[in-house]
Amino acid sequence: MVTNITNLSRSGLYDWMLQRLTAIVLGAYSVILLGYLVMNPGLQFSQWAELFDDTWMRIFTLLALISILAHAWVGMWTISTDYFNDRAFGSKSVLIRFPVQIVCFIALFSYVIWGVQILWGL
Amino acid sequence: MYATERWGKRVNSKRPVNLDITTIKLPLPAYTSILHRISGVILFIGLGFLLYGLELSLASEESFDSLKDLLSAPLAKFVIWGILSALIYHFIAGVKHLLMDVDVGDGKESGRFGAIVTLVLSSMLIILAGVWVW
Repeated sequence: MVTNITNLSRSGLYDWMLQRLTAIVLGAYSVILLGYLVMNPGLQFSQWAELFDDTWMRIFTLLALISILAHAWVGMWTISTDYFNDRAFGSKSVLIRFPVQIVCFIALFSYVIWGVQILWGL
Repeated sequence: MYATERWGKRVNSKRPVNLDITTIKLPLPAYTSILHRISGVILFIGLGFLLYGLELSLASEESFDSLKDLLSAPLAKFVIWGILSALIYHFIAGVKHLLMDVDVGDGKESGRFGAIVTLVLSSMLIILAGVWVW
């Protein structure tokens, strides 16, 4: 049995909703950024730097990174509780599952901080 | 009463459980679902590469040019194509997921059809992405 004390909101319904809202943000960001890259072949530094100088682009990028934090946390949590469970690893499975979840969180949190440093040139 | 007792006993002790995924013949939508998970994990790891690229691209003109040099290497192209492939698949399967949330394509037949569309559409886009990267 997996006890639900590590999921994001203590509510599967809220996690479910958050997963979908962040998915829409990430889908929109991916389409816009990839569309920009496809439509600007031979992109120069000045044009690219100008794009990320805009406050709205920094806000949108940071929003996307925070969305990844929530979205990937719910996803990796789901995967870890589905596969690193008692059935696969016995009654001490939490000793595998919990470290995996910690590593996922630290990685995702670091991505956000790293992104802030990149965007604001820190 | 005998039946209830027996049933109760089986629930409490040794219910036959077969969740060994290697012995179950899975329907097509199960494979697209597993691919959705795998592509998600690839994106989780791939984001590190993408942020490194973003950092080089924005730090200075020199680092922007060094990123361009880096991305001309076959291995780097392959990594970028791999991450793009995961993104494309995860996106398409995600859209299918959202449609199923509003009861589009969540039946037995329509679910199979949705899985086929997901695979065909993402395969085509992944090939296009490969052409774009190389």
